[in-house]
Amino acid sequence: MLQQLSWKVGGQQGEGIESTGEMFSMAMNRLGYYLYGYRHFSSRIKGGHTNNKICVRPTQVRTIPDNLDILVAFDQETIDVNYKELTEKSVILADAKFSPVAPEDCIAPMYIVPFTEVAAELGTSLMKNMVAIGATSALLNLDKAVFQEVVNEIFGKKGQEVVEKNMQAIQQGFDTMAEQLGDRLGEWELVPADGQHRMFMIGNDAIALGALAAGVRFMAAYPITPASEIMEYMIKKLPLFGGAVIQTEDEIAAATMAIGSNYGGVRAFTASAGPGLSLMMEAIGLSGMTEQPLVIVDTQRGGPSTGLPTKQEQSDLMQMIYGTHGEIPKVVIAPSTGEEAFFDTIQAFNIAEELQLPVIILSDLQLSLGKQTVEPFDYSKIEIRRGKLVQNEEIPEAVDKSYFKRFEVTDDGVSPRVLPGTEHAIHHVTGVEHDETGKPSEAASNRIAQMDKRMKKLQHVNFNEPVYVNAPYEEADILFVGFNSTRGVLEELQQTLIAQGMKVNHAHIRLIHPFPSGEMQPLVANAKKVVVVENNATGQLANILKMNVGGHDKVINVLKYDGTPFLPLQLEKQVKELLN
Amino acid sequence: MVTFKDFRNNVKPNWCPGCGDFSVQAAIQRAAANVGIQPHDLAVISGIGCSGRISGYIHSYGFHGIHGRALPIAQGLKMANKDLHVIASGGDGDGFAIGIGHTIHSIRRNIDMTYVVMDNQIYGLTKGQTSPRSAEGFKTKSTPGGAIEPSLKPLELALTSGATFVAQGFSSDIKELTAIIEAGINHKGFAFINVFSPCVTYNKVNTYDWFKENLTKLSNVEGYDHTNREEAMRVVMENEGLVTGIIYQNENAPSYQEQVPGYAPTPLVDQNLKMSEKEFNTLLQDFM
Repeated sequence: MLQQLSWKVGGQQGEGIESTGEMFSMAMNRLGYYLYGYRHFSSRIKGGHTNNKICVRPTQVRTIPDNLDILVAFDQETIDVNYKELTEKSVILADAKFSPVAPEDCIAPMYIVPFTEVAAELGTSLMKNMVAIGATSALLNLDKAVFQEVVNEIFGKKGQEVVEKNMQAIQQGFDTMAEQLGDRLGEWELVPADGQHRMFMIGNDAIALGALAAGVRFMAAYPITPASEIMEYMIKKLPLFGGAVIQTEDEIAAATMAIGSNYGGVRAFTASAGPGLSLMMEAIGLSGMTEQPLVIVDTQRGGPSTGLPTKQEQSDLMQMIYGTHGEIPKVVIAPSTGEEAFFDTIQAFNIAEELQLPVIILSDLQLSLGKQTVEPFDYSKIEIRRGKLVQNEEIPEAVDKSYFKRFEVTDDGVSPRVLPGTEHAIHHVTGVEHDETGKPSEAASNRIAQMDKRMKKLQHVNFNEPVYVNAPYEEADILFVGFNSTRGVLEELQQTLIAQGMKVNHAHIRLIHPFPSGEMQPLVANAKKVVVVENNATGQLANILKMNVGGHDKVINVLKYDGTPFLPLQLEKQVKELLN
Repeated sequence: MVTFKDFRNNVKPNWCPGCGDFSVQAAIQRAAANVGIQPHDLAVISGIGCSGRISGYIHSYGFHGIHGRALPIAQGLKMANKDLHVIASGGDGDGFAIGIGHTIHSIRRNIDMTYVVMDNQIYGLTKGQTSPRSAEGFKTKSTPGGAIEPSLKPLELALTSGATFVAQGFSSDIKELTAIIEAGINHKGFAFINVFSPCVTYNKVNTYDWFKENLTKLSNVEGYDHTNREEAMRVVMENEGLVTGIIYQNENAPSYQEQVPGYAPTPLVDQNLKMSEKEFNTLLQDFM
């Protein structure tokens, strides 16, 4: 029995590859398996190779493995591009329609199955993906009843006949495959799972759900890969809560509209990727200067410029920390799992309101689009904090039209906040340097007072668990450090190296800025080598770590900027080479 | 009873003596009072430039944003609190150069708010460069040989962008301007108002006297029907944009907010942020 299954389906974009993966995943999810998927796709609507790689096992998984057990191919390109991931124990299931040819040096056997033909005989070749799922289930020896529920859910609306046809396609895929497999039937059977119901979602779902749970009622956004799912989720769900989404003319409008809404007292946000964030930089400065809460999600993708729009990268870090001209207080949060994406999004909205400043939720393509198993979120852990929001009745009448001290200098730098519409709290808000009432002021003493007040707020960031730490060793040979979606691959490699006799700790930075130096200092001090693993070319996280914590003599950087995620075996090799 | 004095504050504007913007400010204050708005229920959102300072000179909530972005800030605010009266204001550089995209899309979107452009056909605060509204041949620091590009036509632009309210005023005719702004505030949708507001320092061509000579008041055009878009377009083109009054209004077009599915009838700002456990669990079910 397999301890884990690595399954991939590939073909031309637009021919149902995604739904094949989706259907298979849903069924495995219902059986109680943990899943983690990664989609390879291109920036075009139809055509071009796409594939969906999914890892399935009965325990938590947050990375895709290097190798494949089963490759389902709908075209020759899928075989040619992916066969190197196959081992002697793997297998290719190829559609007979394209007369597949296994490359000479392919070590895995190939079964040619008439996916399209079987589907066409049942009425439509569109069901070829169901035949492929049936064939897969013969390898895994899955009961087809597993699929009944999923097929009902997906096709139920289209009527009983469609449901039955699809179930027949699965059955015939199974039968055809079983015949070919002979006594290898069920050879790829997985160790059983616990049958528990868990959620299966992409990181963008978790962020969007987090925003909704945080009380967001307005979103302004401009479509972009890999962020659009957040907007699409909000468009679906916000009407249920009375809220609205505006698809704006550009990202500048999106960010400034979100500022306007927050100024009005409604939790609002926008979500984009690198190019959009570049356009939002002036607005981020406005939020910082005018002390209006603002939450922006940056789903990192390959840069610079248009870069690699559909590929994994973590190269926006520096821009998110420092971006905008001049100096403002800003908080940058980087969740690394579905759970963190949900709860950190809620934290982001709380901090934005408590400290009245911009908060960036940094994600990356692998986290945003990678579909993963997530334990159901605990409702009782949802906390909403709005900071120094002053209610109408608490404000005394203004004398002689004096302005409310919206930017009052206080001990923690946070001033009382009132909303437009409040009777005795009229004040002015401006991106020009201003005094405590919001009136423009160029006086040197006022400038210092206001700048100090704004920057002081960063000392009061109330963020729960700024670093995910798994540090079983007081003195470690290696401390792994990463952020965002490299969490899974580092967890995996940590266990591998520990099994090989090394002492390995792991710290994943969840609060990027202000940097959690206090948490990181002892971990770095007690490690012989600090291995910072990140998807960029210049070692941005390693530089931030060195700047805040030091350890220049022991920091080793493992970088990958080819657009693909880190894989456990590949990373193990890289790390060992660097250590020697 | 509110009067325009309630909208005055203790801040002395830093505009040049004689600047058209003083009258625009006064007209907004009078219009707001005439409509019966309480100062705390008005928010003036402005851009950058001489005109952008206006949000600080009116006793109401004011937000002085960034160059060209007054409109999206104002729209976000209105979406958050539909009970507020929101007026966006800025110059011709703000609305027709850097912010032209927002101007067109705000007009299309038709959120219930008012936009007042203080059009002086010049960049004043940066000390005299050409604007998209400068006439062809207009000599400035940045166009010493005269402006090459033709002047942008805001009224025609608004009419072709699907505007539901288009008007133009002249800062010296404060009575007419007040009435226009009042009508704009009362309009249930996006009210676009261009105001000729002469720059006495850098624009020696489009002066008060020049406008007095060249402007046609629509109230003097017999039988003019401001509900007819074709007629509006014709009168604007015939007069090369030099008309004042309400040029076009469609009172029947629904505003953006009226058309957003599920949008709450009460202001979003009044909503309870935390959802119930039942609502939450229903959302989780989508992913199970």
